[in-house]
Amino acid sequence: MSKLPELVRKHERDLQAGWLQHMPASVRRSDLIKDAELQSQTRDFLGALVEGVRSGFLTDLDAPAWEKARELMRSISASRAVQGFTPSETAAFVLALKQPLFHIIRKELAANPDELFQEIWNATLLLDQIAMFTTEAYAASREQLIKRQQEELMELSTPVVKLWEGIVALPIIGTLDSARTQVVMESLLQTVVQTNSRFAIIDITGVPTVDTLVAQHLLKTITAARLMGAECIISGVRPQIAQTIVHLGIDLAQVITKAKLSDALALCLQKSGRTVVRTATRKTHAEAANGKGE
Amino acid sequence: MNFAATSVRSSQMKPLKAETLPIQSSSDVVLARQKVRQWAAEMKFNLVDQTKLVTAASELARNTLDHGRGGHMTIEMLENLGRSGLRLVFEDHGPGIPDINAALRDGFTTGGGMGLGLGGSKRLVNDFEIQSTVGQGTRVAVIRWK
Amino acid sequence: MERIPILRMGSFLLVTIQVDMHDRLALQLQDDLTQKIAETGAIGVLIDISTLEIVDSFIGRMLANIAAMARVLDAETVVVGMQPAVAITLVELGMSLEGVRTALNVESGMELLYELRGNFRPELTDEAVEG
Repeated sequence: MSKLPELVRKHERDLQAGWLQHMPASVRRSDLIKDAELQSQTRDFLGALVEGVRSGFLTDLDAPAWEKARELMRSISASRAVQGFTPSETAAFVLALKQPLFHIIRKELAANPDELFQEIWNATLLLDQIAMFTTEAYAASREQLIKRQQEELMELSTPVVKLWEGIVALPIIGTLDSARTQVVMESLLQTVVQTNSRFAIIDITGVPTVDTLVAQHLLKTITAARLMGAECIISGVRPQIAQTIVHLGIDLAQVITKAKLSDALALCLQKSGRTVVRTATRKTHAEAANGKGE
Repeated sequence: MNFAATSVRSSQMKPLKAETLPIQSSSDVVLARQKVRQWAAEMKFNLVDQTKLVTAASELARNTLDHGRGGHMTIEMLENLGRSGLRLVFEDHGPGIPDINAALRDGFTTGGGMGLGLGGSKRLVNDFEIQSTVGQGTRVAVIRWK
Repeated sequence: MERIPILRMGSFLLVTIQVDMHDRLALQLQDDLTQKIAETGAIGVLIDISTLEIVDSFIGRMLANIAAMARVLDAETVVVGMQPAVAITLVELGMSLEGVRTALNVESGMELLYELRGNFRPELTDEAVEG
């Protein structure tokens, strides 16, 4: 039966002090994390360590007794990730506990070298495991963060703009994959309902390539809008895109396409029974000057 | 002998909550829809995902009734690797489907295409699993994850 | 048995679908509408689905059938108010409801019917027509 539980419990205060003291500046990063937070994290960790170590499971971190420690490390990793620590710095946080712990073990078990070696071995195995777990938890929370940011970016990069009463435009910048298409569709259709728009211009000037898949995604969006009672016009069709579409045999017979957004807008205005009229003739400066000079 | 079974993915997760409803009449199909809607809303699925799942449920429930000559639907709340999902299992002891791949390929067009709508339903969910034996019956399981 | 009411607005018929229809009710509506169009000589049908949260393939086919049958009886059909989530789902299902005209709401639907059928002004007397 390992002596670690007793040792840790008996010397908790010293361990915490030693830990904080021996944390290299690169790990301490007082620029990223406040002292008070570090104090409470180390204290909580030691508490969780005692609990886990008491259960006797020194190498199996999956045991229920280690749940508290796992939860704690997950939340510490997550906050480290957000604060901008690297994965190594986060693992090093755990490993910095080794020195003070070994020190205590050596002090207490100096009389018995075999036991000394065994406990040091136990301690190092345990802390290595926890450090590895911490690194994995860090990676997982980073992925979550990136995923969230990607979603936000997708939403931000598909703004729907009201061009006129009953006419909205959706400029798409970047590639149009199926995930993006979902966001685009929802965004466009919501706006169509909210603004009561009969016309939606989807501008693809910013879409680098249009292949069969992209065309399918566009067609889905157009069909959905039509089902709701809105008509879609695609603008920003560059000559190369037109060629690709014909080349691939994509059938856009049902869809009106225009090269320029301005042409698409003119068409929508016309279709909604509107004309743009110039209200006053403006003399050029030259004309005005000539007139005056005469 | 005609035998066809297609398994897209197998799911062996223990549900947190489960309920089984009979599908023996067209009002049962409505009840099934409403139950799926209720659970999906409770799990806070977003509106589009809710709509897709309830619509898939409607399609599959109708298949169970019309083609499968009646059966039942089991609805289960799942939790797997940190994400939650809703699983629907439709079972009947009807004639079965001889050519599943053809049935899956069946797309819908306006008015025509009296297919079973399996291909369409598959697109509305994340996981889709179907087993069918001619003369014995059909089992379709679908999952929508949050 | 409950039926979905069909309102007469001048030379148009207006149907508002608010309930979660079971298949029999949907088929009944198909029958009733076809009957009413023939009886009244209506030249337009407006189907308001703005409160319908689910449109599956059966309902989709019902709408397509109504449009087709109305056309045979020389009436135009416009389906109005489809919700975005419903539209997205229908497209994913593979239904495009070609042959069914659509509009954003009842007002634009009426405008469209007027455009399509020329000089008919819908009178504003709403006579409820019981099936």
